[in-house]
This record gives sequence, C-alpha cells and structure tokens, in this order.
Amino acid sequence: MMNGAERIRRELLIRLVREFMAGTLEENIDRIPLDMRPRGTTSSRCCIYHDRAVLRYRLMAALGVSPQEETDELKPLAEYLREISPEKIPPYPIAVCEPACNGCPDSRVVITPNCQGCFARPCTYACPKGAITVENQRAQIDYTQCIKCGKCVTVCPFKAIMKTTVPCEEACPVGAIRKNEHGFAEIQFEKCIFCGKCFAKCPFGAVMERSQLLNVLGAIRDGKKVIALVAPSAQAQFPGTIEQLFSATAAAGFSDVIEVALGAERTTEHEAAEFVEKMRSGQKLMTTSCCPAYVQLVQKHYPDFAKYVSSTPSPMKYAGQIAREKYPDGVNVFIGPCIAKRDEALRADDIDLVLTFEELGAILSGMKIDVMTQPPWPLPRPAAATARNFMRSCGVTEAVLEEITPAENLTLNTEFVDGIERKTLGKLKLLTMPKSEVNFLEVMSCPGGCVGGPCSLIKG
Amino acid sequence: MKIRLEICCGTTCYMLGANKLLHLEDQFPPEWRGQIDVSAVPCNDVCNEKESLRNAPFVKINGEWIGNATPERVMELLAAKMQEE
Repeated sequence: MMNGAERIRRELLIRLVREFMAGTLEENIDRIPLDMRPRGTTSSRCCIYHDRAVLRYRLMAALGVSPQEETDELKPLAEYLREISPEKIPPYPIAVCEPACNGCPDSRVVITPNCQGCFARPCTYACPKGAITVENQRAQIDYTQCIKCGKCVTVCPFKAIMKTTVPCEEACPVGAIRKNEHGFAEIQFEKCIFCGKCFAKCPFGAVMERSQLLNVLGAIRDGKKVIALVAPSAQAQFPGTIEQLFSATAAAGFSDVIEVALGAERTTEHEAAEFVEKMRSGQKLMTTSCCPAYVQLVQKHYPDFAKYVSSTPSPMKYAGQIAREKYPDGVNVFIGPCIAKRDEALRADDIDLVLTFEELGAILSGMKIDVMTQPPWPLPRPAAATARNFMRSCGVTEAVLEEITPAENLTLNTEFVDGIERKTLGKLKLLTMPKSEVNFLEVMSCPGGCVGGPCSLIKG
Repeated sequence: MKIRLEICCGTTCYMLGANKLLHLEDQFPPEWRGQIDVSAVPCNDVCNEKESLRNAPFVKINGEWIGNATPERVMELLAAKMQEE
C-alpha cells in the first residue's frame, strides 16, 4: 500500500528526471520544492515552508548527499549537483534528515481514559513488576517499575491500555536507530544492517535513501556503455511483461539489459556444490548468503555464526561477472528493491552502481517511456524458472534442493527466516545447538523475500 | 448508456497509485455489472505539466480526465454517474 511519504518521494524523483532530460536540472533543481508545494496548497507538515525545507533535503539525498553533511543552509542544490561525479558513491545508503524527523515521544505504556476501573483488574495481576495499581477507579502505572512488556495491554477487557511506539526504533531489528541528544533519530552505522525497515516504516519519511540516480543518468548522458542488471523481483513491479520492462529499460539508454536471475543460476549451482562439500566434511549447518542484510546481521551482531554462512557469491555478484565478461568497459548497474544491495555493491568489484525499482520507475516516467506499449525484449536465453523465483522466500532453498541430485544421498532439513526480526539472532543461536536437525537455513531480511523489499514499487 | 472508465497505466500514474485502480472492478457492487466499461490506457500526457503532476494518477470517466484518482474517489464518482443514468 502506498502512503504519503512514498508518494512524495516518487513524485520528487520523477521531477528530477524530467528536469534532467530537459537539460534544465541545474537551472531548476532549487525550484522543485516550490513546484511541489506552491503557495496556496495544503501542507503535509506544519506549513508549506517546512514541507519545502524537507523537500530540499530530500533532493540532497536524491543527489547522494546526506542531509547531515550540510554545512551551509544557503548552499544551492545546483552546487551539490555540480559536485556529483560518477566515481563518488555515498558511503552509506541511508541517512536521517533531522528537520524531517518528528522526534517521536519515547515508547511507553499508557492507560487511556477508556479504563473503567473494573473489579477483576487483570492488568494488576498480569504485570510481572507489580507496576499497576488502581486508584480512584482508574489504573495507574508506576513508570519507575514498568518494563514495557505489554502484558497489561493484552489482558485489558476494555482495550484501555496501549503501548505507544517510536516507529523507526520498533522497526529496527538490531537496535541501530535511536534518538540522539537532540531527541532526533540517529543511525549507528556500526550496528546498521541496511535492511531498510526504518526507511519503510518512518511515517515522516525522515530516513532518506542516498541515491545514485544522477550517477547513472550522468553515465548514460556521457555516452558510457551502461548495463542494467535487473533483479528477479522486477516481475510484476510494472505493468506489462518482464520482456517489455527490459525493452523499456533499454529505451531509457541502457546499452544492454541482463537478468540477474542468470547470476542466480550460478549461485544455485555453487551453493548446492558448497552444501554437499560442507556436509561431507562434517559441518552440520549451512545458510544462504544472497540477502546482504542477513550477511551484515551475522558480521556485525553474531560473528561466531559467520562460519555457517555460504561463501557463494550472490546472484548480483555473478550477474556483474557475466556483464563484465561481455562488456569489460561497461558501467554495471544493479536494479532491485533493496537498500542493503547498495552497501554490498560498495565491495563488489563487478557492480558499479545500484538503482532501486522506484528510481527505475522515475527514469522511465521522466523519459515518458510506457512499459505497456513496449515490444518484448529479445532475451538471448530466459533464465531458469527456479532462478527467477529467487526473490520469493524459500526460492533459494527450492532452487538448491532441485540442484542437489538424489545420488548425493543427503537429507535436507530446511528452515526459513521470512523477515529478520529482533528474535532472529536467538533463532540462529538455537540452530547451533547440538540437538538441532536443521542443516540448510535460508534467511531473507524482508518478509516474503525480495518482493517485499523497501524500494519495491508494488509490495508483496 | 454505458459509463466508460479509462485508467491511465503510463509509468507516472502507475507509480503514483494507478496500480491500485487496476483491480477496482472487483469492488463494484453487483448492480453495476455490465454498466461500466473499464480499460487500461497508455499515457496521455495529462501529467506533463509541473502543476498537473501533483494530481497524478489520472483516470478518464466518459471522456473527462480526473486527477487524484484514488480508488475511493473513483468509486464515488462512478456512483454519482450511476445515479445520473
């Protein structure tokens, strides 16, 4: 379901590409906030001036610059634009924009006026800390005792107790986003796994992507051979068929379009071989490695578990290799629904830039390319169905299962993590216990797999 | 006379919410069945202007372009048209 934050983000990207294509971006970029919130229109925040200020930061992020890096509030966006060079890639894929952050009140449990001061008082019994008392026919919480477990919330027969949340903190599975001394959200990058859950969940759109859109558009404009590597999850993101989407992508100026599913074929093959080898050598568990947020989770929060993570390169990396073999001088652009891929790509030799489906959509939209009216792209060879299915939860497992021949005489005991949550680390720990039978684990950071990615156009 | 609903499936409208209109027919009450012709149409450049882009997605009802076409708004407009008929 689209929301207002998503709508603004998309409209802004479309305007950016339109101006770029008209050759007027440098001249007009500082006007885009005014175009989007002209005088007399209704504001989404306190006033159109606040809206415009945040739009300006949003444009900065769209140029790849973190709003935190601003030193001069009067520096025109045109100047940031001139500073973009194809080689300059943002070191982190996301940033918090303080002027957009609401500084939401800390999460706590509150008794609403709906409390009837009932006779049974299950809240007082449910509370493990004895923090609830009833005075004057109204429940009260002793906040020095409350641990925010929420047990009282579930037992109240009047639904009179609620737990307020800070959406970004609630969404983050690793406690990497929390408020700084000014009361605004701040990401601790040494903990962040780039899953994008805070980005997707902030109702103020204060977590912004640092885009590489202009790097890609600039490379195309400069006549470079820019190769689009389109993730399997592109299916059903746009109207029309996947072949039509590839034609549309080529029409946007990409020299060639390569299915990342071809890379997934290689991942499957290697991962299956690796699994057989590891089981033979006595290892009891192997996990997938194609989800970069999961790989980050293990590296940053559970390094002892890293030995179980497959060392097989991800479909993106293999697809990059395929492209590099074909076009040694090409600029390889991975296009997917993922924020963590931007981080993975920083260390992938064969991936130069990363775009999201939203950004691809903005490019097509800004260039007035309709997918529906495109001819089908002549795929040299369509990727295997199992490889195209990688983006769904269990897709990797299914592909690997199919690849392992019955002659290997191995029993697969599979398990999935369909969306990384706070309890995921605990689940991983359980799998290392001697009594665990699981030998193949697939982890996808997004529920449903990549199709549920934070930068997909159509969710799920 | 049948009502004609054309849903813009240009990339811009699609990205800005038209995708949710494509299955609008499933929400039609039974008495509307057979009364409304629904089709998906390519971009008509209605969103071309700086001002009009703010109002995407667009639909066309009996030849008239309508912006800010949320499912709720289109359902209301169709209901009003059905009344007129």
